[in-house]
Amino acid sequence: MSTRKLKVSAINNGTVIDHILPGKAYAVVKILHLEKYNETVTIASNVCSGKTERKDIVKIENRALSAEEVSSIALISPEATVNIIKNYDVIEKGKIALPERFESIIPCTNPLCITNHEKVRTRFKIMEKTPLLIRCEYCERTMDEKDVEKVLG
Amino acid sequence: MLEDIISIRDISKAEIEFIHEKAKEMERYVSCGTDLARGKILASLFFEPSTRTMMSFQSAMQRLGGSVIGFSDTNNTSVKKGETLIDTVLTMEKYSDVIAIRNPLEGSARLAAEVASIPVINAGDGANQHPTQTLLDLYTMKKEFKALDGLRIALLGDLKYGRTVHSLAHALSMYDVELVFVSPEELRMPKGVRKHLNGKIPYTEIVNLDELPEVDIVYATRIQKERFADPNEYERTKDAYRIDMDSIKLLGNAKIMHPLPRISEISNDIDLMKNAIYFQQAKNGIPVRMAILSILLGVER
Repeated sequence: MSTRKLKVSAINNGTVIDHILPGKAYAVVKILHLEKYNETVTIASNVCSGKTERKDIVKIENRALSAEEVSSIALISPEATVNIIKNYDVIEKGKIALPERFESIIPCTNPLCITNHEKVRTRFKIMEKTPLLIRCEYCERTMDEKDVEKVLG
Repeated sequence: MLEDIISIRDISKAEIEFIHEKAKEMERYVSCGTDLARGKILASLFFEPSTRTMMSFQSAMQRLGGSVIGFSDTNNTSVKKGETLIDTVLTMEKYSDVIAIRNPLEGSARLAAEVASIPVINAGDGANQHPTQTLLDLYTMKKEFKALDGLRIALLGDLKYGRTVHSLAHALSMYDVELVFVSPEELRMPKGVRKHLNGKIPYTEIVNLDELPEVDIVYATRIQKERFADPNEYERTKDAYRIDMDSIKLLGNAKIMHPLPRISEISNDIDLMKNAIYFQQAKNGIPVRMAILSILLGVER
């Protein structure tokens, strides 16, 4: 291991979301509703990663993520990783896998979409990962990253 | 194999060809009828008005020897009392063998198909899809020119909001054709559709009708007043793309198609010209819908 000093302090138990696209940490905070969370949350933005790359990191004490939350994060930052920490050790480390089709993470932005009128889960298909473009499998309208961030917020 | 007809995106070229082949076989029953679908019932669930689509579905089912139940507006139905689409479909499927649904909410036909245990046909879901229109448009072109490959087709008018031209362009990209989009700048073919065509088929975009190259077909669409913020702009645009005895010279020998209803895009005196095939196009809705109904019912020969 390198002897470089960590810019962000380690957490005891909880979740570390690493390799978030630079500037997207605030969107992650919104998705997880961390602004209302009562325990320690550390947000690092534009941290150097490698020689030229930058990234954001969000560390959350005593909090696990649901599968739905993980997929939501993947939508705005497909390269992010989720690490689960116990007693300062990483007990699970994983890249977020965004499925080709996924259900019920976000509402469709089209007010005339049937999913906004009947009791039915939304379902989207990933058209492009970067820049993000998803298509509602019901109304067939597409949503880009801005639309997704808007509905997630 | 085909279970429902919901979106042109779901239908492969082989399936389109199969439907057209069956439609050709159905031509002989168009005037005298058949009993292929005897005892079968079509539930025609029209949550909003439609003349051509609803009537042609009913006509097609009756030509096949089947019968039709349903509604053409929701005033006298439980929908008015607040019944959900899901409940309406779950009830109607108990009374019928196939459903044709038109509903202004986008994705409604997809949802209906997911909950129904019988085949569902999308007869128009808002601004989204109207796949049987596209299938009959392609059939008309094929009937007129024997094959689609090699054709140069102009799509004219409101290319931004017209769902018909979006689906048509999408379907035509499966063939070896060339498209010419003729529209005012503000009603251009949307980026998403153009992107889908890239690398598949060549297309050009022009603004003025007098720039039109030689084409085999001109597919005209309705230019709707409500799409324009400025009423003067609407009047100018409407006139600029109107096909009449004057402007028809710019079209050469092209066949003229239109999904109908037309307002003033094509003047009435064009109707008698042999290049005007839009009423033939409407007529082709019958064999094509007969083919679709018989395939989904599993009664095609």
